[in-house]
Amino acid sequence: MSASIREALAVLPDYLGQHVLLSVAAILCGTAISLPLAVAAARRPALRGPLLGFASVLQTIPALALLALFYPVLLGLSLVTRQLFGVGVPALGWLPALLALTLYSMLPVLRNTATALAESDPAVLMAARGVGMTPRQSLLMVELPLAAPMIMAGIRTAAVWVVGTATLSTPVGQTSLGNYIFTGLQTENWIYVLFGCVSAALLALLLDMLLALAASGLARRRPARTFVAAAALAAIVILSLLPLFATPRHAIVVGAKNFTEQYILADLIAGRLEKAGLATTQKTDLGSTVALRALAANAIDVYVDYSGTLWADAMHRSDLPGRKAMLAQLGNWLRQRYGIVMPGALGFENAYVFAMRADRARALHIQSLSDLAIHAAALKIGGDFEIFSRPEWRSVVKAYGLSFAVQRQYQPDFLYRAAANGDVDVISAFSSDGRIARYGLKILSDPKGALPPYDAVLLLGPHHAAQLRKLLEPLVGDISLRRMQQANLMVDQGQKTPRQAALWLADRN
Amino acid sequence: MIEINDLHKSYPGTVAPAVRGLSLTVDKGELLVLVGPSGCGKTTTLNMLNRLIEPSSGGIRIDGRDIRDDDPILLRRRIGYVFQDAGLFPHMTVAENIGVTPRLLGWNGDDIAARVETLLTLVKLPDLGSRLPRALSGGQRQRIALARALAARPSIMLLDEPFGALDPLTRDEIADDYAKLHDDLGLTTVMVTHDMTEALLLADRIAVMRDGVLVQTGAPRELIGSPTDAFVARMIETPRRRAQRLAAALEEPEA
Repeated sequence: MSASIREALAVLPDYLGQHVLLSVAAILCGTAISLPLAVAAARRPALRGPLLGFASVLQTIPALALLALFYPVLLGLSLVTRQLFGVGVPALGWLPALLALTLYSMLPVLRNTATALAESDPAVLMAARGVGMTPRQSLLMVELPLAAPMIMAGIRTAAVWVVGTATLSTPVGQTSLGNYIFTGLQTENWIYVLFGCVSAALLALLLDMLLALAASGLARRRPARTFVAAAALAAIVILSLLPLFATPRHAIVVGAKNFTEQYILADLIAGRLEKAGLATTQKTDLGSTVALRALAANAIDVYVDYSGTLWADAMHRSDLPGRKAMLAQLGNWLRQRYGIVMPGALGFENAYVFAMRADRARALHIQSLSDLAIHAAALKIGGDFEIFSRPEWRSVVKAYGLSFAVQRQYQPDFLYRAAANGDVDVISAFSSDGRIARYGLKILSDPKGALPPYDAVLLLGPHHAAQLRKLLEPLVGDISLRRMQQANLMVDQGQKTPRQAALWLADRN
Repeated sequence: MIEINDLHKSYPGTVAPAVRGLSLTVDKGELLVLVGPSGCGKTTTLNMLNRLIEPSSGGIRIDGRDIRDDDPILLRRRIGYVFQDAGLFPHMTVAENIGVTPRLLGWNGDDIAARVETLLTLVKLPDLGSRLPRALSGGQRQRIALARALAARPSIMLLDEPFGALDPLTRDEIADDYAKLHDDLGLTTVMVTHDMTEALLLADRIAVMRDGVLVQTGAPRELIGSPTDAFVARMIETPRRRAQRLAAALEEPEA
């Protein structure tokens, strides 16, 4: 069995359990909200159009965007509740995922219930009145039981949708089977991607089958059948709760954004903490801005970010005071603003840089961006999809007066190859990417300091900062750019899993 | 006793009223048949008796009490009603269907079960209690509908074309059985039909309606003897001619 599959299986109880709990909770909430709404709508046709319209519109919002939208909404709500009650609501993880999936699950239940009730046989409704039922009795004893098969069909549709869509709750900080998919896509680990897809699909099928069994048990008056289905559903939920109890309550949560280097660093940090006897869990694939908020809110306890990113995206600064000043100001700002502790930089940068083939650079005597400017007019440059619209590019162009003969954009994997093949002469690159070394590329220096520094910095959340600082401080300044590049390359080439690469990094420490 | 006094009903958005100035008294123990062509207002009249439809004007008294003074829900639980197409609840068993009104009235389970057994025997369908309506024939369904209407021991029964959709053999059988039940239980019955033959055979008294107006009331013999106008005469004509031809046909073999 390969290391990938072993690692995938090891986290399966956690991922699957959280996925099940999230999905079941969302389906229950969605149904609990939709049923009364649909009943109200069936009684008042004027309400039905707008309600179904609203649910349909919700459905057209891409699920990922719907999930992401709850983050700022809850953030705002959190500010309000903090002022009013002194307690904030969590803007990340379980709550936004639950809310978005609940909304997502509503349409099929709403539509099926409202339609089934609206299409009740008038003769049967008349009979219900004729035997002396109140409107409420008619609803509970006749209309809803007769609509039950359609309602159950709606719930089954909702269940399948929710189980599939729940994989998208990973980027808002909720662990799910989506963690396999997002991690797998980033590290080109197709076993992980398949593992995530197949397990989500099997779970959806299983829930659908059990709901179908329950529905047929109800419809055909086979209590045994309904009981078996209900018992199986209950067993699934209880089994899903087990990993929660298995994880120690005070486990340190190590966060990671959604690319290879972050996975490796998270495993490295977790490894150190575990060696010191601490229990850890990981929250990976966090969105870039999500991670810092999660740390401030103690939803995660430690992760690695990059100085230039925080400088621009969190502090909203565009000046470049120089590496040391930037790190000092950043550390102060994080402590004052969020109580986050920044023990220091790890020793390497993951910055936007410009690189070219080493032999070609030697031939043209190009060492720096200043040298490059002399030859630029005759050279071709390749970039990723965003570099040419980023402030880094504008800043470099302005500082060095760069102007290239040809400017092309590539998907990252092809970008490095294009430079190696000579399709382009210069490319934009990430300094810690292992492919720079692999393809024999040379990073051009930036003597005018036009590119912001992107030092990898260790960040500790307020709760456990003091304890973690002692254990993790040895990492500060300890990871060279070359070793990080090598570790990244091992994973990107599929030779090692992030955990194995982290062990390799730790060994050499 | 049911007293109907100057009853009117118009539906919003229609020109002609469905029922116009209808006055009628149904004596205790009487089996009155409301007869007339489709759309003459007979079902509307029937439904106003248990307030499934509210009259536009006019009054109805049952045993001297204005039915508007009663809660319509409680009123309906006191009056048995048999629907045109049986109107059984498809998701309930036969026993649950029969027991529904007693259940609404809060009877205890044992009483309901005993009552259901009695009624199943009364409508000659014992042992069918656990079936679902879809497993029954049309005639069986109509018998169960009768049992359901009788479950809470009403003194008044309203029947809306109860035998219309049945084959002639079944229809006669059930109609005869009902007539006997009506007498045995001392019921007061108002039944709607468009079939004059059925009306003539079952009714103590017939009320003929046309275009929302009551045209004539009287015992079958009176109607046949002295129809008030051409319309009633024509209504009577068909069954009478058929009866004569039938009589002739029955005599022929001896001739």
